[in-house]
Amino acid sequence: MAETQPRLELEAVSKQFGGLHAVEDVNLRLREGGRHGILGPNGAGKTTLFNLITGVLPTTSGRISLFGQDVTRWPTHKRTAMGMARTFQITSLFPKLTVLDNVLLAVQGLRRMKLMMFRPLASYKDVYEKAEKLLTDVNFWHLRDQQVRNLSHGEQRQLEVVLGLASDPKVLLLDEPSAGLATGESREMADFLNSLDKDLSILIIEHDLDVLFGVVSQITVLHYGKVLLEGPSDQVRNDQQVNEIYLGKG
Amino acid sequence: MSRLSSELKQVFWVIAAFGALGAVTPFFDDYTQTIITRALVFAIMAMSLDILMGYTGLRSMGHGVYFAFGAYSTAILVTKVKGVGLLTLFGAGLGLSFLVAAFLGFLAIRAVGVYFLMITLSFSMVVWGLAYRWHTVTGGDNGIAGILPPPLFGISLQNPVAFFYFTLGVFLICLGLLYLLVKSPFGKTLVGIREGEARMKMLGYNTWLHKYLAFVISGTFAGISGVLWAMLNRFIAPTDVELVTSVEALLMVALGGPATLVGPAIGAAIVMFLRYWVSTFIERWYLILGATYIITILYAREGILGKVEGLLAWRKAGREAGAAIPRVQKQPEEIRT
Repeated sequence: MAETQPRLELEAVSKQFGGLHAVEDVNLRLREGGRHGILGPNGAGKTTLFNLITGVLPTTSGRISLFGQDVTRWPTHKRTAMGMARTFQITSLFPKLTVLDNVLLAVQGLRRMKLMMFRPLASYKDVYEKAEKLLTDVNFWHLRDQQVRNLSHGEQRQLEVVLGLASDPKVLLLDEPSAGLATGESREMADFLNSLDKDLSILIIEHDLDVLFGVVSQITVLHYGKVLLEGPSDQVRNDQQVNEIYLGKG
Repeated sequence: MSRLSSELKQVFWVIAAFGALGAVTPFFDDYTQTIITRALVFAIMAMSLDILMGYTGLRSMGHGVYFAFGAYSTAILVTKVKGVGLLTLFGAGLGLSFLVAAFLGFLAIRAVGVYFLMITLSFSMVVWGLAYRWHTVTGGDNGIAGILPPPLFGISLQNPVAFFYFTLGVFLICLGLLYLLVKSPFGKTLVGIREGEARMKMLGYNTWLHKYLAFVISGTFAGISGVLWAMLNRFIAPTDVELVTSVEALLMVALGGPATLVGPAIGAAIVMFLRYWVSTFIERWYLILGATYIITILYAREGILGKVEGLLAWRKAGREAGAAIPRVQKQPEEIRT
């Protein structure tokens, strides 16, 4: 059953903004069910790396493959159609739409009916059922008619992940899912991430080390856009150099 | 379920309002009838712009372009081709605006915000220039006169009341189709693009395609208003298709309430009323139009209909909050607005 090729593979991926090497020569492999963390101080190029993987920014050099297919030059929506999803560091939901509408948009994103013009959305039972299931799973169903801007920050962070899951992705990129959450809420987020389908491959950027070490098994440490270290989370946790960077002695 | 019934209620009120309009209009004097018909024609234009401006969030100053193609194609066909039928006129007007929008969309959709506004503004200027300078086809600033509407199934549309009912019918068909559009999955994606295009791309939408389709649909519907306008006035000149027409369409949407469809139709009625009725009393009616616009922007940024909807929702929430006090089982989340 297990797939042999990695679901996501980066080979010598680089991004330059003028003279600035935001991401330099990064290699990474994410397999079926893999849980991979990306660690690094602010400005290390973590979010830029996500933008390269998702096609928001073009790479300067290197190769990005999804399920063995070279997608380096593909637009974002085509990569999503391959089975990739992403959440954002700065919550980017549709604030003036209701919770249900947010999820409906996410659910229909990969369905052909998204271009249907002469049939009411309300008549698509399957789309509604899928949205109801997603919202019920996180206990949000009673919030469905709320505008998203009226939700608490914690609820919005959770909805971010729900939107990411709506397309049944095989590869999920999470950009600081617990950003701005209180300690208790972060723990809930970690539990929630651990409760997701075991086959799902997750690449996660996270500053909250408790969340990170609780979720991932493999970590890549970025520093000034370069890979400083890659290895199992225990090894990274005890690495002298990593501790120095994080404690500001580097 | 309650959402569905409240939508049905809205549809009912809209149908009732236009039914009432249809019933009372024949009793007004000729001039008022003409103003009402003109308002309906521009309402189609404003609603079509609403798809682009209100729902998709792309402010266009180029809607006069499709109006112009609709109007001039009708004028030329009626005056040059003997016995041309309504079907041909609408076919030509719609087909032309469709083709023009399909072409201009390629140029405009890559831009957003003020750049989109400037590109579409330049389209308006080019088309006005064509109407003004291309004498052999458009008659230059003399315009084209004698655009008599052909009969509909043997019924003459040259009678103002008959033409009013015809326009009302076309308007209601457009309203129905556009309502279906905004309630469709595609319509929802337009709102999603307005609220967060980056997220839409990440969710798997080819947002360029959705915006392009909205642009073409919007332009095609605007062409209908041009066809009607030419037959209603029986005369068309470059002053009908100058930049002011596009700007007024924008005003109608902003006044009435973007992303409401019916709102822009109300906006169209207000602007036409000011232009043709108030202007008979006050020469500088633009002052009144400007003042109305400023008041709307200051006190009702969501437009007149948006404001009314907001007030109704606020009252409803207040009533439900009041009613929730004796009935404890109501969840507090449900009363937050």
